[in-house]
Amino acid sequence: MVNLKNKIEQSNKKNISLPISRVRLIMKSSPDVSSINQDALFLTTKATELFVQHLAVSSFNNGSGKETNSLSYSDLANTAEETETFHFLTDILPKKILARDYLKSLEQMQEEEADY
Amino acid sequence: MAERPEDLNLPNAVITRIIKEALPDGVNVSKEARRAISQAASVFVLYATSCANNFAMKAKRKTLNAGDVLAAMEEMEFERFLEPLKEALEVYKKGQKGKKEVSEQKRKDKEKKSDLESDKTREEEEEEEERMEEEPDAENEVEEEEVEN
Repeated sequence: MVNLKNKIEQSNKKNISLPISRVRLIMKSSPDVSSINQDALFLTTKATELFVQHLAVSSFNNGSGKETNSLSYSDLANTAEETETFHFLTDILPKKILARDYLKSLEQMQEEEADY
Repeated sequence: MAERPEDLNLPNAVITRIIKEALPDGVNVSKEARRAISQAASVFVLYATSCANNFAMKAKRKTLNAGDVLAAMEEMEFERFLEPLKEALEVYKKGQKGKKEVSEQKRKDKEKKSDLESDKTREEEEEEEERMEEEPDAENEVEEEEVEN
């Protein structure tokens, strides 16, 4: 884990990679936002990078990927549901279930209702 | 403003790089996971902007500033970002200051140059004035009239 921390610190030293102009475009699409000062723009861009790192690492640590050395979509969806700070992502990272499992659970629900 | 949906996404290559640098070497990240993280990042920007904007509006300001963004991070419970953000901001501001000083210096050098040139013409004008003072008073009366007007 120490190596991981150093890696992240190193990448943070070379200021930012994400294009500020694109971040600005997204920010401006938000209603009621008139103008954004240069420092705020920089901070949002930097924060987004930190967020990407945080989401990736949290999902990886939280998930089953550690054995398989991989990060999958379901790791992300699970983390969004289980970790409070990522709750705002549950709409765009919904958990997926197989269609047949969904139909099965529908059937079960109908059977339960029939019993009443 | 006609914005295509793709324009509100962040460049995939950069997102992928950030993910790879954050995870241990050799971790396999699925395409789906990468796309999802990219979308999550866009949502993060919107959420952070909306939150920061609330702070600005509370302070009756129309322009989002650094303080608003930092306050938003705290509100969103991303306090872990605060220290690295403040440090990065310091570095950024120094860089901006350096750029400003370079362009200020360029401007000053330009001014110096034109000052030297106007000094020459001023010397010539002063010599002219000295010559003019030797002429009769009629000239001065005319000048006074102009001043009154």
